[in-house]
Amino acid sequence: MPHISLPDNLYGIRSLAMYRPETGKPLYELAELLLRTPSSMSGAERELIAAFVSAGNDCHYCCSSHAAASRYLFRDESGVVDLVLENYQEAPISQKLKCLLTIAGKVRSDARTVSTADVEKAKQEGATDREIHDTVLIAAAFCMYNRYVDGLATNAPAAEEKKTWEEMGYKMGAIGYIPPQQVR
Amino acid sequence: MKKFNFTAVNISIMPHIPLEEHLPGITGLLEYRQDTAGPIRELTQTLLRGESTLTPAERELIATVVSAGNKCRFCTSAHTAAAALLAGEQETVTRVLEDIETAPVSEKMKALLTIASLVQRGGKYVTPAVVERAKKTGATDLEIHDTVLIAALFCLYNKYVDGLATVTPSDPAFYSKLGDRITTHGYNRLKQGYDHLKNK
Repeated sequence: MPHISLPDNLYGIRSLAMYRPETGKPLYELAELLLRTPSSMSGAERELIAAFVSAGNDCHYCCSSHAAASRYLFRDESGVVDLVLENYQEAPISQKLKCLLTIAGKVRSDARTVSTADVEKAKQEGATDREIHDTVLIAAAFCMYNRYVDGLATNAPAAEEKKTWEEMGYKMGAIGYIPPQQVR
Repeated sequence: MKKFNFTAVNISIMPHIPLEEHLPGITGLLEYRQDTAGPIRELTQTLLRGESTLTPAERELIATVVSAGNKCRFCTSAHTAAAALLAGEQETVTRVLEDIETAPVSEKMKALLTIASLVQRGGKYVTPAVVERAKKTGATDLEIHDTVLIAALFCLYNKYVDGLATVTPSDPAFYSKLGDRITTHGYNRLKQGYDHLKNK
């Protein structure tokens, strides 16, 4: 049960954005800019960073929903998402993405530990300054979203409700981030 | 809560990506990518300066406690300065950073600051018992909501600032000026930008 009275027909961040639309609006705008706005990193890759950080923070709602969005956007290669969440170092992804996930993981646990060597390695594998910036900001932003969603103990569908998550992933991937009151 | 101290993992003299030299800490990052800075600034302005039953000084205390928990020197120094300026005294913020329970703040603020420091560790650390304590001392749902979101937002800031190794000035005068700017102008981008800070 959530710690405060939230609309009970909505889950996770959506129930919070409905509770306080004034803060919900910039929170949704930020997600759209970080994950959907055209970038040299694909939407699928950026959703994967979001899911990876959320998994590290043990945030079931954010991890399940962003993993579903990433699967939708990876299309035929959707299997890569679970391989990354299991062990990204062994997953069939580029060295560059592995380096960026290492940086994202350190931002999550203790951002002061992101070293010059970590950043140099990512640059050697072809990461641009902007991609490093965006990786750090996506990781930092999900440390916020995860704490917001779990800190108020919001509701979420059970992990087994695969169809619900799949539909959520489709909406996030195909439509993007629109606060709840606008799509009712 | 034990007294915080910063263990220096690495003191940055150079950020991981090229940023404007005259804009250390968060400001250089918000100028580096201005489209994402928009909603981040708007969210901060609403939470810390918007209409609320918590005073701006109380809300700055929440930001300071979280930044200290994340050992982010830049944000802790900046928001300590802002909290002291808004309260008109330094003692409260100093004592809150030493020990929330014995600090000269209301029982409600002690409960909310405790929730904030738990959010800093992770969302799941916030238990029904600590929320009950806040409600019993008079906290409303909205105050609890805003406390959790301010704490979560400062985890974003702290990790953004330190994850890219932005420069942390050591001169206390820098933070007095910055504290003055965020208490006078708030968190919106300055209309004239930041070029006037060059060569200072």
